[in-house]
Amino acid sequence: MKRGTREYTVWSVGMIVIIIAALFPVLWILSLSLKDPATIADGRLIPSEWTFDNYEALFTGGFDSPLLRPLINSVLIALISTSIAIVLASFTAYAIARLDFPGKLVILGGALAIAMFPAISTVGPLFDMWRNLGLYDTYPGLIIPYLTFALPLAIYTLVAFFREIPWDLEQAAAVDGATPFQAFRKVIVPLAAPGVFTAAILVFIFCWNDFVFAISLTSTNSSRTVPAALAFFTGDSQFTAPTGNIAAAAVLVTIPIIIFVLFFQRRIVAGLTSGAVKG
Amino acid sequence: MAEIVLDGISKRFDDGFEAVKDMNLEISDGEFMILVGPSGCGKSTALRMIAGLEDITEGSLRIGDNEVNDIAPRDRDIAMVFQNYALYPHMTVRENMAFPLKLAGAPAAEIKDKVEHAAETLDLTQHLDRKPANLSGGQRQRVAMGRAIVRDPKAFLMDEPLSNLDAKLRVQMRTSVARLQKELSTTTVYVTHDQTEAMTLGDRVAVMRSGILQQVGSPAELYDHPRNIFVAGFIGSPSMNFLPATVDGDRAKLAIGEVPLSDELRAEAASAGAGRDLVAGIRPEAFEDATLVGDARDRGITFRAKIDLVESMGSEKYAYFEVGHEGVASKELAELAEDAGLAETPSGGAGQVVARIEAASEIKRGDDAELWFDATTLHLFDVESGQSLRSA
Ligand SMILES: Nc1ncnc2c1ncn2[C@@H]1O[C@H](COP(=O)(O)OP(=O)(O)O)[C@@H](O)[C@H]1O
Ligand SMILES: [Mg+2]
Repeated sequence: MKRGTREYTVWSVGMIVIIIAALFPVLWILSLSLKDPATIADGRLIPSEWTFDNYEALFTGGFDSPLLRPLINSVLIALISTSIAIVLASFTAYAIARLDFPGKLVILGGALAIAMFPAISTVGPLFDMWRNLGLYDTYPGLIIPYLTFALPLAIYTLVAFFREIPWDLEQAAAVDGATPFQAFRKVIVPLAAPGVFTAAILVFIFCWNDFVFAISLTSTNSSRTVPAALAFFTGDSQFTAPTGNIAAAAVLVTIPIIIFVLFFQRRIVAGLTSGAVKG
Repeated sequence: MAEIVLDGISKRFDDGFEAVKDMNLEISDGEFMILVGPSGCGKSTALRMIAGLEDITEGSLRIGDNEVNDIAPRDRDIAMVFQNYALYPHMTVRENMAFPLKLAGAPAAEIKDKVEHAAETLDLTQHLDRKPANLSGGQRQRVAMGRAIVRDPKAFLMDEPLSNLDAKLRVQMRTSVARLQKELSTTTVYVTHDQTEAMTLGDRVAVMRSGILQQVGSPAELYDHPRNIFVAGFIGSPSMNFLPATVDGDRAKLAIGEVPLSDELRAEAASAGAGRDLVAGIRPEAFEDATLVGDARDRGITFRAKIDLVESMGSEKYAYFEVGHEGVASKELAELAEDAGLAETPSGGAGQVVARIEAASEIKRGDDAELWFDATTLHLFDVESGQSLRSA
């Protein structure tokens, strides 16, 4: 019993330390984003003067505002990449989970190898290629490299999910009078949906968070995403650092992710570990 | 409702394995047919071919008046209960049971009526709005049954529907399945590896081994006139005892003594050739404590045996004893023993014999007891072919 309590204490302290270490920078960013330029360097966590100027500045100027266009780019690019990745990965994962064909392990191994490949090492060649192909600073110019890394992630997640679908149910449905399509739509799709959804969230977050490709393969706001746009913020004048604005934008791009993750936490954890625990 | 006819049905899987070999079986309208055999003998494969879930390699399958070899499962109008129940986890009990009706395009009011009626029959009414994951094993089993009966199909196919239940529930459900089938009088094919289930449930029982149909008949026929060693050893609990035997004139020489042969057996033994090695099959219930045998005494012989163990079942006792013989070497028996595990090993190997005697018997472990054997129930089998001499 005594050992149990002590273990509990050690774990709790450890977790609190980790949570503080992880959350403190986020809180600090939040605090910075709410300070006015005069007090921004005062080193206090709680702002003495609360202001939303930093947020307003991000959107003044409408379409030419510092954040609006990148935000739209981010959303569209992440959504398009996610949709394509999920459709392609669903087919692949279905084949891997259900069919026996030569080269199955090669595909899985290849996917894993690609996922492990350092993204930064592809940036140089891509930059050259994209400039020649006219893909530089375009949506496809970002979507294609995102797919390269999102597909393995989606395939892995989906294979783990698809393996656990009780496929016998297809046969039960067939005997119950369903056509193959009805069996798929009324039995398999509802069972596969949580897995597909989880994979989609993971892929979306991956695309949303990317900085390396976004900063290297774009040059204007026509395709620049938020993480890259942050780096190009300018202060009100040449002599003021855009710290407050950057902080405000950082908060804005983080919030959707935090909401996502909190909302679908269980599902994402299950998705990341399902293969590991049961397989 | 319809009859089902298997005419020379074979199944060869892609890997070349032949799971069902030239199976001929006629199941008449409303009949409760049991397909029984050790696991891996091809029962499920046969059932799945009837359902249309497995292609038929050879032969012709008829349900009602039509050959259905090339008809999709959904157009065969049959309902199936799977071993793992195959309930749809994302649907409530009500939705599960309504699913076949919905697919058939039944009006909502009719669906509601039928589902509720079936739920009542199966005592599921208060669970209609729960999900399968929250139900007990027995409840899930009943939902699977419910999904089958709502539709009034031509036939029910059941693949070991009770094997996932605990022993007590299994016996309970066994009676309700039997009652339900009688009430609905729908043609039913029921697969099981449990001979007790087979004997108690079926109008007729088809025994399979390694993809080959061994014998089809009423439970009593299989019990009294097993066609071969395999059926003899498979049907009955505890299993039949097997002893080496030779026939000499009108007597069979066994390790327990010389047994007079009935006229019928004598003729057949004679035609098989005197002095040949045979296998004698003796059901445990053919023995009795000699002190408890009255008038029947001269129907059989008595002998003495040293009792190794007595198990009291309450209503009866099992007395185990050894007889001095090497055991019977038979592929069929070895297979049966393997399938039964340690539980009901037919006494082919060790020369151990089990006798089922009255509870009133005072025979105890270690006794040198006098036992009686009813000679009229002796079975004789050919060692080589395993065939019974009676039906030869
Ligand atoms: N898809 C398949 N491919 C190859 N062999 C199979 C397949 N399905 C079943 N078998 C084999 O067929 C035999 C009979 O299987 P089954 O009908 O399931 O037996 P059971 O009598 O236990 O229900 C088994 O030996 C099994 O290994
Ligand atoms: Mg089976």
